[in-house]
Amino acid sequence: MKELVIISGKGGTGKTSLIAAFSSLAEDKVLCDADVDAADLHLIMNPTTKERHDFQSGHEAIINADKCTQCGVCRDLCRWNAVREDFTIDSLDCEGCGVCVYFCPEKAIDFPIKTCGEWYISETRFGPMVHARLGIAEENSGKLVSQVRQEAKKLAEAKGIELILTDGPPGVGCPVIASLGGANAALIVTEPTVSGRHDMERAAQLADFFRVPVMVCVNKADINPEAASDIRRFSEEKSYAFLGTIPFDPVFTKAMVAAQTVFEYDQRSEAAGAISKIWNALKAKMES
Amino acid sequence: MIISIASGKGGTGKTTVATNLAVSLGKGVQLLDCDVEEPNAHLFVNPVFEKTEVFTAAVPEVDEEKCNLCGKCGEICQFKAIVVIGNTVLPFPELCHSCGGCMAVCPEKAIREGERVLGITEAGHSGDLEFVHGRLRVGEAMSPPLIRKVRSFAKPGAITIIDAPPGTSCPVIASIKGADFVLLVTEPTPFGLHDLKLAVGAVRILGIPCGLVINRSDMGDDRVREYAEDEALPILMEIPFDRSIAEAYSRGQMIVDMMPEWREKFLQLYDGMVELVKAANR
Repeated sequence: MKELVIISGKGGTGKTSLIAAFSSLAEDKVLCDADVDAADLHLIMNPTTKERHDFQSGHEAIINADKCTQCGVCRDLCRWNAVREDFTIDSLDCEGCGVCVYFCPEKAIDFPIKTCGEWYISETRFGPMVHARLGIAEENSGKLVSQVRQEAKKLAEAKGIELILTDGPPGVGCPVIASLGGANAALIVTEPTVSGRHDMERAAQLADFFRVPVMVCVNKADINPEAASDIRRFSEEKSYAFLGTIPFDPVFTKAMVAAQTVFEYDQRSEAAGAISKIWNALKAKMES
Repeated sequence: MIISIASGKGGTGKTTVATNLAVSLGKGVQLLDCDVEEPNAHLFVNPVFEKTEVFTAAVPEVDEEKCNLCGKCGEICQFKAIVVIGNTVLPFPELCHSCGGCMAVCPEKAIREGERVLGITEAGHSGDLEFVHGRLRVGEAMSPPLIRKVRSFAKPGAITIIDAPPGTSCPVIASIKGADFVLLVTEPTPFGLHDLKLAVGAVRILGIPCGLVINRSDMGDDRVREYAEDEALPILMEIPFDRSIAEAYSRGQMIVDMMPEWREKFLQLYDGMVELVKAANR
């Protein structure tokens, strides 16, 4: 079984639209949305949820006002200034480290487990999908990403499916790290802009760091053909497989509005043709 | 006045709005790029950096001579960043959240504060504009402490514009908490709308007044506008899709340099935000 993760560094380069397009082309696969912070794949996949699970992770300190003598030990120890003047705790600032809980001389601080989101196993017109929703302003997104990927793997094993297509988050921080570890390949979809280029280099460095083979494609390539060629040259120098380019095509937005993949919306569009070629190159790479 | 520029969805134009707004306002303005995972604002405002600082987090270092393997450090640590295995104590600095619990609890005073590099901050100027950003070390997972470090450069009395990262979790909260206003940049697409709703949820938890900029306003559909109306979210600016803007952006050029008439629109955008902050404080 193999897992392809799509990342980008910069947001908005077309990760989710591309994963959706691939799901029109790949025969047997499990879809996995690892962008748990701002998950969007379900907006195209219209999944029917089969299983729903709470995601519990970390703890939260809560001061019991009846027992608290306002001695201030917690406030002195807290490195996040999460203890307010009135000896209540700002849950957004609480890191869940439990130091206040441990040292409170009155044992006045509770430390319940937090429910930070939900994850789902669903059925879609393209096959099974594992996805999640992190609660707004919650922490531990990396752990939820790991959970979603693990569940996708279990599901693929149980169903004898050989491919997992994972939609990754933007950036290079905690959730991206969690979406790369142990993946068979990372496809970086970038755009030919100063920021697209800058961010893809950092995303590629991160994949190198975790020894995940890097493949590259450029979306909206005709916005700046010269910059697109530079990205190609850069990829070749670094021995990243350069899979091709996709032109700027309003069909991306139109398909999204229609809750369809690019292929469902217009399989004769320029973008669809370019994505087919990229998919064939990618399949050949994944098999070798 | 601190204005944070956020979005939920990535690639909607946060950096475009943050840089053009900051440059239009010019003197007495700070631009803090808090998207430390992928900082981009410097590519557009081309600052001259005058000061670079390495930013570290405190992690435990154990003096094995003093350690009697009591295991209290492993017991208090919620992040499995220090454990006693057999007759040795093993810190895992990359898992450490720097809470200081192990140091506080150690009865033998065998743990001192070491350092793990989270990234760097770079500070400088672009003309009259003061500029600071953070760059998270590639491979480092924890961005909020570096974001807070970048924000510590905010000067009281200045107009501080913060370019926030995408999403709605802890790095975004670290970038918008305590701001006077959050400007949400969105696009009129289903993804834009879905993630905008999450971002509005985060802003409302914090109780900060907010408003919208709709980028590529002539693509997609009307659902973002309908949502804005239902939720009484003011739309402060619309930027239509313009291929020449997209091409200029790709080369690192700013809208206000290409089309100077936009400077006035960004100043009006600022005035609109000031009015909303005043109204919220009334």
